[in-house]
Amino acid sequence: MTKAENSELTYPDLSKLDIPKDKLELMEGMKDAEKRALMARKAELEECECREGMFPNPVASRRSFFAGAAAAAAAAGSLPMVARAAAPPGAKEFEVPPDPTKEQGRLTNDDGGYGSRSQFEDEVRWRFPTKTKESSWTMTPLAAGMGMITPSGLHFERHHGGIPTINPASHSLIVHGMCDTPKKYSVADLKRFPSDSRINFIECSGNGLTEFKAPYLKTVQGTHGLTSNSEWTGVPLSTILDEVGVKPGAAWILAEGADAAVMTRSVPIDKAWSDAMIAYGQNGEALRPEQGYPIRLVLPGYEGNTHIKWLRRLEISDKPFQTREETSKYTDVVKDGKARQFSFTMEAKSVITFPSGEMKLPGPGFYEITGLAWSGRGRVKDVEVSTDGGKTWHLASLQGPILPICHTRFRFPWMWDGNPALIASRCIDETGYMQPTIASINEVRGVNGHAKFASIYHLNGIMAWAIGADGSVVNAAHKV
Amino acid sequence: MNKKLTVPSRGATVVAGAFVVTLSFAAVAGAETFGFGTTPTEQEIAAIDIDVMSDGRGYPKGSGTVAQGKEVYASKCAACHGENMEGVKEAGGAALIGGRGSIGTPKTKKTVESYWPYASTLFDYTKRAMPFNEPGSLSNDEIYAVSAYILHKANIVDANATMNAETMSKVEMPNKDGFIPDPRPDIFNYR
Repeated sequence: MTKAENSELTYPDLSKLDIPKDKLELMEGMKDAEKRALMARKAELEECECREGMFPNPVASRRSFFAGAAAAAAAAGSLPMVARAAAPPGAKEFEVPPDPTKEQGRLTNDDGGYGSRSQFEDEVRWRFPTKTKESSWTMTPLAAGMGMITPSGLHFERHHGGIPTINPASHSLIVHGMCDTPKKYSVADLKRFPSDSRINFIECSGNGLTEFKAPYLKTVQGTHGLTSNSEWTGVPLSTILDEVGVKPGAAWILAEGADAAVMTRSVPIDKAWSDAMIAYGQNGEALRPEQGYPIRLVLPGYEGNTHIKWLRRLEISDKPFQTREETSKYTDVVKDGKARQFSFTMEAKSVITFPSGEMKLPGPGFYEITGLAWSGRGRVKDVEVSTDGGKTWHLASLQGPILPICHTRFRFPWMWDGNPALIASRCIDETGYMQPTIASINEVRGVNGHAKFASIYHLNGIMAWAIGADGSVVNAAHKV
Repeated sequence: MNKKLTVPSRGATVVAGAFVVTLSFAAVAGAETFGFGTTPTEQEIAAIDIDVMSDGRGYPKGSGTVAQGKEVYASKCAACHGENMEGVKEAGGAALIGGRGSIGTPKTKKTVESYWPYASTLFDYTKRAMPFNEPGSLSNDEIYAVSAYILHKANIVDANATMNAETMSKVEMPNKDGFIPDPRPDIFNYR
């Protein structure tokens, strides 16, 4: 392989995999999104001595370079103005002093009273290259994540009609249908009710759609970035149901959003009574607009599409509404050609986020393997890690608090001997359900049977990464 | 008179411990509600109660023919869904017809014709979200008409069909029996 070829990113040839055309287009789109981001990063790393590290950060190197160059130029009087690259999204660009102990820093509260992240941190969501930017999705950069909370600005998104701008003063929620007293609530009304906060993940049921058949994308952001974890604050939906008085025979509730898609899903009323919430808060502040500001539904453990954002209406009924999103989408065609419908619960799953795809271990020695585990059915009971391709499994330590339906951080100390290794994790939740292999899922649902990759949803199989002798890390899905 | 007001704990509610508020209810004896919010008028509900259900509930007044729908389709839909409903990849518009019998085969092609189990979903979705560049802009007559045209092109209704609340409710889609409830967990390596 020549050097030029080596610098190109290569992906598996999908034409050999016998994948239906619409799935093929989805997978190629995901590849394009990842490739664009990786090529941009590679181009920056070409200029950077940091590229061999585990956490290469060309932003930091570039910026210190600019600062150094600016200082040197200023000292020499040769450069009146240094053109600096724009700060990453969510950050502001400031000049880096040669020695921060020798001059005063920035003025207190000069940011207007709302802080921003460091200009040296540039992790961002990637957008899947759909044909329109209104109906699209973005993926969370899990590899850079710490602890269990996803920063609100990095929470994955799925929009079907763009992000509406809604003034909370003119927004209301109408609850009607099979109830004694229909109600209209302003956002302020909802905030008067007794509130509740919980930390829950939301995962898109399409998370992992590229990996059903064979390893495809390179990074954990691409393979698993459609899950995020936030603290949600709001009013329990059960409180509202008590207020309106649900009539006997009620079995489903239609939740409807105020976006251009007027997004709708039917929710079983048992779920509404148990732990559903109308949320107005996320991670200690109001919801972000892209997460449903001013109010959204949170249905802990259910596939992300059901957590209706920009909530405007709840209609109580005796039957499901058979909306587009619960018939033509979010349904899984299985072996016999039938489609599974109302597959709400996201089952136990885990993924190693370090080391993960496109990282490079600098050499043999100690590494802390870490990642995330979660289950839509409750708490994570155990996470097991294998470093020998699934021959042996060892308990990882779990970072507390271990909360139900919540990302749980796991850690596992590892001495890498420098030989090729295959690392993987599997989650066991409190129901005793153990995260299966991708092969066993496909065997039951039919990817290798008659249906041939007819589903793109609800893949919770074991993810593996292959460590090469040179420390490189590549997608090894299906290898464990 | 003091009355204890509690949030009921039903099912597997996560509310930690029933909280208790002591309120004075002089006016409404027996009312165990907070009473926040207002009562929406029928007009307020009707303005946003746009859903149509598979048993026919919710269809509005109005009607449209296949011939009328052909014109609506040409001006409002064809740019993204194609002259022949084949879909336009560059515009992000899905194919609407074809693929009947393909579901579950290697040539699986999901369209309104091949996959959608209910005609109500076609009306409901068109009303709430189409056309993409002007969502919610079609009249009920136009939606009935374009539904008639799509269903005709899908070989589900004939060329002189008129669609309205009654005829839409009677449409049987080719894949009406294609869906089953979620049987998961479907892998039983419990420990």
